[in-house]
Amino acid sequence: MAAFVDTDTKVVVQGITGGQGSFHALRNKAYGTQVVAGVTPGKAGESVDGIPVFDTVRDAVAETGANTSLIFVPARFAADAVFEAADAGIPLIVCITEGIPVMDMARVYNYLRGKGHTLVGPNCPGLISPGKANVGIIPWEICSEGSVGLVSRSGTLTYQVVNELTRKGIGQSTCIGIGGDPIIGTGFVDALRAFEDDPETTAIALIGEIGGSDEETAAEYIRDHVTKPVVAYVAGRTAPPGKRMGHAGAIITGSSGTAQAKTEAFNAVGVQVGINPSEVADLIEGTLP
Amino acid sequence: MDLYEHQGKELFAAFGIPVPDGKVARTAAEARALAESFGGTAAVKVQVQSGKRGKGGGIVLAKAPEEAEAAAGRLLGEGFQGTPVDRVLVEPLADLKQEFYAAITLDRASRRYVAMASSVGGMDIEEIAVSQPAALRRAGVDPILGLTSFQARWLAGHFPEEARAGAAAILSKMWDVLVAADATLVEVNPMVLLGDGTVMALDAKVTLDDNALFRHPDLAAYAEAFPVDPTQAKANEKGLQYVKLDGEVGIIGNGAGLVMSTLDVVQQAGGRAANFLDVGGGASADVMATSLEVVLGDPAVRSVFVNIFGGITRCDEVARGILEALGRIEARVPIVVRLDGTNAEEGRAILAEAAHERIVPAATMLEAAEVAVELAREGVSA
Repeated sequence: MAAFVDTDTKVVVQGITGGQGSFHALRNKAYGTQVVAGVTPGKAGESVDGIPVFDTVRDAVAETGANTSLIFVPARFAADAVFEAADAGIPLIVCITEGIPVMDMARVYNYLRGKGHTLVGPNCPGLISPGKANVGIIPWEICSEGSVGLVSRSGTLTYQVVNELTRKGIGQSTCIGIGGDPIIGTGFVDALRAFEDDPETTAIALIGEIGGSDEETAAEYIRDHVTKPVVAYVAGRTAPPGKRMGHAGAIITGSSGTAQAKTEAFNAVGVQVGINPSEVADLIEGTLP
Repeated sequence: MDLYEHQGKELFAAFGIPVPDGKVARTAAEARALAESFGGTAAVKVQVQSGKRGKGGGIVLAKAPEEAEAAAGRLLGEGFQGTPVDRVLVEPLADLKQEFYAAITLDRASRRYVAMASSVGGMDIEEIAVSQPAALRRAGVDPILGLTSFQARWLAGHFPEEARAGAAAILSKMWDVLVAADATLVEVNPMVLLGDGTVMALDAKVTLDDNALFRHPDLAAYAEAFPVDPTQAKANEKGLQYVKLDGEVGIIGNGAGLVMSTLDVVQQAGGRAANFLDVGGGASADVMATSLEVVLGDPAVRSVFVNIFGGITRCDEVARGILEALGRIEARVPIVVRLDGTNAEEGRAILAEAAHERIVPAATMLEAAEVAVELAREGVSA
């Protein structure tokens, strides 16, 4: 049983009739993921290349037994989509949508807290357990089956590191992109806990970036709770302070947000930090038996 | 989006937060006339999108109309810390009895908001937090409940008794402003107690959530007041994130993390990035053309490194976009292109077939960085 998603994952895609929704729903299905349903209000009865479309997530769950939602709906409707998935009892909700207002996500996060749902994202590439299920937009072509668990704040940087690992012949148990927004569901600590508990994962790669204090918090958690080897990377070493670089999260705030401070926090708890994505793959290779 | 002080105060006033009865002046003569209307004295405050105005001479307490005129003339003529200035806020001088601090902001770590109130104001809150921790009270705010009345009372509970009710009322209204405007920061420094017992917001710092501007067309219009850099404006129009840096290797990539990593790798290869440019998800021909235009518009650029890892972005579209862009604009420097991920093989084939003289394909990110840095060096020496 891999972390988060596996062969028993049954996906309902919210926003399946949109361009991105249909493209990635079909890619995930072609990979072998059980994509059992789609939802677009007002389009019940239609199908997207054989995937039945429903008006509501509740209907989709009742008809297909979906247990995971993958959300592509536009930013202004995305918070409502997450609430709908939660209301329908979906345990794992993966939100790809970018550009969601912070207040919407703050309300979503605090509403879901303690109710037993796992939210991944928003503004993230989703997750893949190679050979088992792909729930999101991570290009499966670059992944391979193996035992490295990878968690990352950045989408394309996730692909970069996965690619380096696969080229070295190092496979992955699960790769999860948690997103770079100020408020996200699953964080580094949640992913680290899942990888620590997952018997198929033997080593962990953590891909962070400047801004916020999540990497520092992750370092403390690793010190206290993680026995498996962890290798980290922090993007943004050369970013000038105070400049906003795309991700809402990637703003240096005080000394705790810098790449140097994060690297020091990892080194202090015995986590090796690669200077570039290739070196991360080299360091991971060094941890394998 | 950081609002000007006078814009923030307009919002405050609309929600019933007491603010000074000031007006915007766009000329020195207007500033003088306003000072005269206030009885001769006035505060002249530069309107820019940054803090620390007091230390840099951006706030002048004028004792006579001529002083207000001179201060406004200087600020409007010279600008402020490198930023052009087209307006100052002129306010009647307040009869200050005591200064405080209040703010509500997003707290990423707790994934809620945090409200803060300090019985000591008028200086950096970071300093107060360290030097006088007892002066600063904080309360976590659940975004679903909002700032509750008891929290507002508690936050101001260590203020002088005559200021408590007024300060608590302002704190509650600050939360209303934050919600109504989709702000990520609402800060009042200083909040003041006046001689007549009124508590007032003497300053207003409001940061709006850019992602929420779609539901606030009235607030989005505030951006029209801000000075525009033409290159930045061109990038923003196409949804590109562009930050000018001071190196010689132009960078175009997809995803903030990958682009930041690209800057790092260029530095490791011995070069310096000329910019940060994130095309975001999906990169049409139009987007690639604008990106190349923006990056090549920087005269310091000696080579360009296009680093794309396709996910939601498809590499064949990127390749077509680059070629279409090169049909529209002239590339004066070599463009090193590295494509991986979704439809990468198709993308590479498209570029190989075109065999454009300026395009240099590269297999990996590290190799591409080394080649781009080397080409930039040759470009400098040539």
